[in-house]
Amino acid sequence: MKYFYWVIAFFIIYYGQAQNCSYIFSGKVLDFHDGKAIEAATVYIKELNRFTVTNRDGDFKIDKLCTGEYTVIFTHIGCEDKEIKINLTSNLTQTVRLEHHIEDLNQISLTGKAPKQTRSGQETRISAETLESYSSLSLGDVLKEVSGVTSLNTGNTIVKPVINGMHSSRIIIMTNGVRLQDQEWGVEHAPNIDINNAGAVSVIKGSAALAFGGDAIGGVVNLKPFQFKKTDSIFGKTILSGQTNGRGGSLHTAITKTYQSGWYASLNGTLKNYGDFEAPDYVLSNTGMRSGALAFQTGYDTFEKGFDLSYNYIHNNIGILRASHIGNINDLVNSINSQQPLVINPFTRDINSPRQDVDHHLVKLSAFKRIKDFGKIMVQYDYQNNRRFEFDVRIGDNRNTPAVDLELKTHSVLAQVRKDINLDRIYTFGIMGRYQNNFANPDTGVRRLIPDYDKYDFGAFFTSEWKITNDFIIDAGLRYDFNRIDAQKFYRISRWNDLGYNEDFPEFVVNDTDFGTQMLTNPVFNYHNISAAIGLTYDLNDEHKLLTNLSMAMRPPNPAELFSEGLHHSAARIEIGDLRNDQETAYRWSGTYNYQNNQTNVVVEAFYNYINNYIVIEPTGTEQTIRGAFPVWQYRQTNAQLFGIDLSVTHEISERFSFSNKSSFIKGYETNNNRPLIDIPAVRTINSIEFNKTEWNNFSTALTSEYVFRQNEFPDNNFEQFIASEDRFVLVDVSTPPAAYHLLNWKASMDFKLSEKSILNVNLSVNNLLNENYRDYLNRLRYFADDLGRNVMLQLKINY
Amino acid sequence: MKAIKFLSMLAIAALTFNSCSNDDDAPDPVNEEEVITTVIVSLTPQGSGTAVTLTSRDLDGDGPNAPIVTVSGPLSVGTVYNGSIQFLNELENPAEDITEEVAEEDDEHQVFYSVTGGIGSITYTDSDGNGNPLGLAFTLSTSASATTGVMTVILRHEPNKNAAGVSDGDITNAGGETDIEVSFNVAVN
Repeated sequence: MKYFYWVIAFFIIYYGQAQNCSYIFSGKVLDFHDGKAIEAATVYIKELNRFTVTNRDGDFKIDKLCTGEYTVIFTHIGCEDKEIKINLTSNLTQTVRLEHHIEDLNQISLTGKAPKQTRSGQETRISAETLESYSSLSLGDVLKEVSGVTSLNTGNTIVKPVINGMHSSRIIIMTNGVRLQDQEWGVEHAPNIDINNAGAVSVIKGSAALAFGGDAIGGVVNLKPFQFKKTDSIFGKTILSGQTNGRGGSLHTAITKTYQSGWYASLNGTLKNYGDFEAPDYVLSNTGMRSGALAFQTGYDTFEKGFDLSYNYIHNNIGILRASHIGNINDLVNSINSQQPLVINPFTRDINSPRQDVDHHLVKLSAFKRIKDFGKIMVQYDYQNNRRFEFDVRIGDNRNTPAVDLELKTHSVLAQVRKDINLDRIYTFGIMGRYQNNFANPDTGVRRLIPDYDKYDFGAFFTSEWKITNDFIIDAGLRYDFNRIDAQKFYRISRWNDLGYNEDFPEFVVNDTDFGTQMLTNPVFNYHNISAAIGLTYDLNDEHKLLTNLSMAMRPPNPAELFSEGLHHSAARIEIGDLRNDQETAYRWSGTYNYQNNQTNVVVEAFYNYINNYIVIEPTGTEQTIRGAFPVWQYRQTNAQLFGIDLSVTHEISERFSFSNKSSFIKGYETNNNRPLIDIPAVRTINSIEFNKTEWNNFSTALTSEYVFRQNEFPDNNFEQFIASEDRFVLVDVSTPPAAYHLLNWKASMDFKLSEKSILNVNLSVNNLLNENYRDYLNRLRYFADDLGRNVMLQLKINY
Repeated sequence: MKAIKFLSMLAIAALTFNSCSNDDDAPDPVNEEEVITTVIVSLTPQGSGTAVTLTSRDLDGDGPNAPIVTVSGPLSVGTVYNGSIQFLNELENPAEDITEEVAEEDDEHQVFYSVTGGIGSITYTDSDGNGNPLGLAFTLSTSASATTGVMTVILRHEPNKNAAGVSDGDITNAGGETDIEVSFNVAVN
């Protein structure tokens, strides 16, 4: 009752004050960027249901207002609505700034079309919907949607993207604005990414996207976070997938809460569980995997300011084909000759050695503010922790001790200023600082593959965009990077001397007397890198568009290229880095032609990449050990050229039928002797025909044919090996690529409305429909086993 | 201004995190485990005669130096030798005897012997828990006439001991992975 009186009393006071109803609320509506007046903006007082419209000078005036608190909403076509609270106790004049170029500036609009990172670069986007259909797979699998992107596999669960023939350290993977640091130099190290956590993915071929880094000679994969609508809402998504091959599946679920004020919070997780996968004729023993991922994101996002705090965790436990762990070159010969893996066990869910066990944590905090009449400033800090265990087949007490135990910790800070007051002249400037520490645990009882090191990076870049006419845009950028690597490594004294380091690098020796056959060294290297890009975009008319770009990029050698020194089990080879390796410098030209009308979209992308001091690994001889003989593969530098054409066509044949083609053609050679480069993807063409009928619950079905030619150009690294027990030489064919193959894939999808707000999408697909036996040139296990056989997948997706 | 404050806070935070790094000191060397540096095959004649020792020693492991292979002397014609093999890690002091680990996991290991040039024939004289040969002990019956040839010793981890010929010492179908492979040039006088 007491409470009631208080309320009454409040109303009396309130009305007492509200007697005066002659106040005026007036002001100006201006463009946030350039301060120009906005004409015909609506000014609406919510409580009173009164509105007015600004005049030519952006002025407005609403009179006869009583004392009180009001909500005023300013709207204008093409602008973001702005809501303010006013408390009228007298006449009030206020200037309000609306963002007029929302379509240009917002990261992602609702239609799913986002501005590109580079204007003139070769950038392709993969939509959220496509990503969802790959929910149970890996990043490397999804990226094959882009013409010119293939993958380097170790089996079918370790999938690394290959962009125009380049992979690993030559590619930058950005996730939620953070450059992924996860021992990416290793060809058997898949990116630690849960694709379910990305709202969209774009692939930028070449190094034109200077804001991300100057060393992306191959390209950039940019995973963008979900953009949430500013409404008071709570929504969720669950994707459940099951498949016959691997007899497992995945479960992804996400829940998001958003507020009109701009606050948001999102939590999502993914679990995957597969047993042994199967080739058409046999079980691929020990190829199962378990994976778990968790992501949390919260923040505040309005036009003028915002921040984002996110945490991502992923854990992968991946089995590696048992038959691929071999002891020496004779074992490799036996494997190659046997046509099928030498170890085939019955199907199991157990994952034994060899296997990888990797944890990756990523924490990011970023904030931005838009400054009127100027642009946007952004700051960011991120921390990543990557822990990698690799378990080899070992004996005795070491059975459960990892052979590789690495912990990589990376801190980065980033600050960026974007001046976009004039959208015809956009300038971005940024600086970056990074510290990285790698720790190789000595408890493994196996000599370190990669040494302990501290790495310091500093970068600064400047990019700009000039709109000359509406159809003609020039973009250009410049970047400088400094890298310092300070390593502490034990070398075998015999190896140190054999490589001539005793003469070239005596200053690195710390202690060569106290460690028996080993010595401690402290190699320190500094690298200064310059990268630059310039390009132009020209719209001939509504249908034809041309893009061209010239870029230069420098990449310092990665830890493996410098420090590797040891036996690689699955390849049966000794890999040796070289401290003399210097930076690679790539010069890349790209040209793109795009034709688009209502039925047809054609994109033709051509490139030529010349790389000075390209680092390659190649056999240089054989070394005899007590395990037998091993070929020695050493990193060396050469000049190389790569060129190719990627084609992507979609065509609507009729209302119901559409056709698409993605083809890519690439060649790579050393320039001085025209020797082909190793691991260049073969020519491939993917053709698909799709049938849609929206009336049948959004029914669609597609049949896809994937034809991969045999790679006929490869470096001949074959060698003769003496088999003492048989008293004869045998040829070890490690070079010849496998035969061409053709796969048929089929899929169908339907939507069912479960309630007002929830939709169930059912997706059935069959990969390798004909259960074809095949091996791929870029699968490192191709010596040991066939690739996957038929796989039937069912995916259920519920949005609620 | 706020941004600058924020940035400096981040920088401080980063420095604080960095100062927690745990390995400013020199790293510890890795003591290689389960490494076999040395293989010793001892051949003792049944009855009288001179024992023969075949040794392969590679102290730098996967390093560039080749193993040092020595044969103490020629074998005698028409003689039966009792053979045994020993695997050592001589990087440890005293040397670690890996033979014991092989014997403990006898069902997962097998030593294969092969000869060329008709030096003689080899018979296993030991077996694992399942009654399959292990190969740490054997006999070598040398040829009746003088000859030279190569004796190759291969230690396989996880061979398929049930595959055809494997229990007779034929490595062809054994599979598994090679832990040791050493060849000795042997003369029979």
